[in-house]
Amino acid sequence: MGKFNLKPSTISSKVVMAIAGLFLMTFLIVHLGINMLMLLGDEGNAFGKAVSFMTYNPGIKIFEYVLFGGFIIHMIIGALIEVKNYFARPVKYAVSNNSNTSFFSKYMIHTGILIFIFLILHFTHFFFVKLKLVELPACAAHEHDFFTITKYLFKSPYYAGIYIICFIFLGLHLNHAFQSAFQTLGLNHPKYTPAIKVISSIYAIGITLGFSMITLYFYFFYTL
Amino acid sequence: MNIKLKIWRQKNAQAKGKFENYSLEDVSPEMGFLEMLDYLNQKLIKSGGEPVAYEHDCREGICGSCGMYINGRPHGPEAKTTTCELRMRSFKDGDTITIEPFRSRMFPIIKDLLIDRTAFEKILIAGGFISADTGSAPEANSILVCKKHADKAFDMATCIGCGACVAACKNSSAMLFVSAKINQYALLPQGKIEAPERVKKMVAKMDELGFGSCSNTYACEAECPKGISVSAIAKMNREFLHAKLIAED
Repeated sequence: MGKFNLKPSTISSKVVMAIAGLFLMTFLIVHLGINMLMLLGDEGNAFGKAVSFMTYNPGIKIFEYVLFGGFIIHMIIGALIEVKNYFARPVKYAVSNNSNTSFFSKYMIHTGILIFIFLILHFTHFFFVKLKLVELPACAAHEHDFFTITKYLFKSPYYAGIYIICFIFLGLHLNHAFQSAFQTLGLNHPKYTPAIKVISSIYAIGITLGFSMITLYFYFFYTL
Repeated sequence: MNIKLKIWRQKNAQAKGKFENYSLEDVSPEMGFLEMLDYLNQKLIKSGGEPVAYEHDCREGICGSCGMYINGRPHGPEAKTTTCELRMRSFKDGDTITIEPFRSRMFPIIKDLLIDRTAFEKILIAGGFISADTGSAPEANSILVCKKHADKAFDMATCIGCGACVAACKNSSAMLFVSAKINQYALLPQGKIEAPERVKKMVAKMDELGFGSCSNTYACEAECPKGISVSAIAKMNREFLHAKLIAED
């Protein structure tokens, strides 16, 4: 086996980033699945049970730490790589690149930063409430009452709008991220890569529409 | 046709460069892009000006020396075409053509459009070879080579090291070039023996020189004059992971 090197190579860094990214993408499916329970019309009863399970199950608790580790690793490596890339071309072109490439693949760091800012906002609304780091909203019965927090939050056109815009940027990030992770891990094959690209788009659209649907449901159809 | 040119002029590596504007009349659509530059240089020399410095050698798309950044694309607007293969019929009468050198910290400008691609040589010296006894050619069938692998290795060997992949990549990444060279050897039985060591050494050298990382935007594939696919990069990543995690020293 190769010697352990404290300074990881470009490829190793990207591979770790891709694995962390795939893990985060798996989490998003779980997150969306649980959030979808809010649409059952049972006043958040099933959703509340799922939240309770996610909060108190020791296995999930471990998963939560791994998840935050994944977030941090993905973001730190992404930022370090971006800095290195910036210095690889100190003098920019006068005419920006016209190569025939996917538009948003060039802006992963930008959509990534937007997602990070969104996460701070999202955590302030939900996760930090659970941790008692921010004040419990007046509407909520307790710090795990996410259903009430959600229905009040998305009645605001500003928050509903901000969340939907962020979901669109998240989708654009994911559309490239999913298929890109496979390429980085060396999983490129003439037979499977076209299918991976299609799945990547379906996944990104599904996540964007799924989360947006919940926001729109509370904004338009739910009566407080 | 009449064209306007906006060309990067830089006296030497240390000088601060700037764009100069030129007008050129009676340009034939059948002229090669480099012939058009020769035509401009003749005019500049006749008027006592300094000709535009650019690199060229074979003028038939196989040496990789003539790369320049034309209207936002390495080697200009045509796919799978080197600058020397580009014809003026790809432009319209009255067009303004902006010509810049390939820009990357690893390709310092020597003069005008002329860049130093020694960084690629350094990567090749690190491991882009096979260690074999030289001498008379071995008997043809003593080492069997699968036709499919031979064809793929040849596809990879068509890389002319022009640097368009680095020039097109938003990160100045050399992954397509390095992967083409690594695969060229790794696909053949003679090169397979040293494959794990080779990939580690060449990637380490690429990183040491400061090339950026691959963001999978695939601009390199879109601009490669030889049409080398990004599947080469995926294969290199597999080779690299195998060398780092599984192969024994």
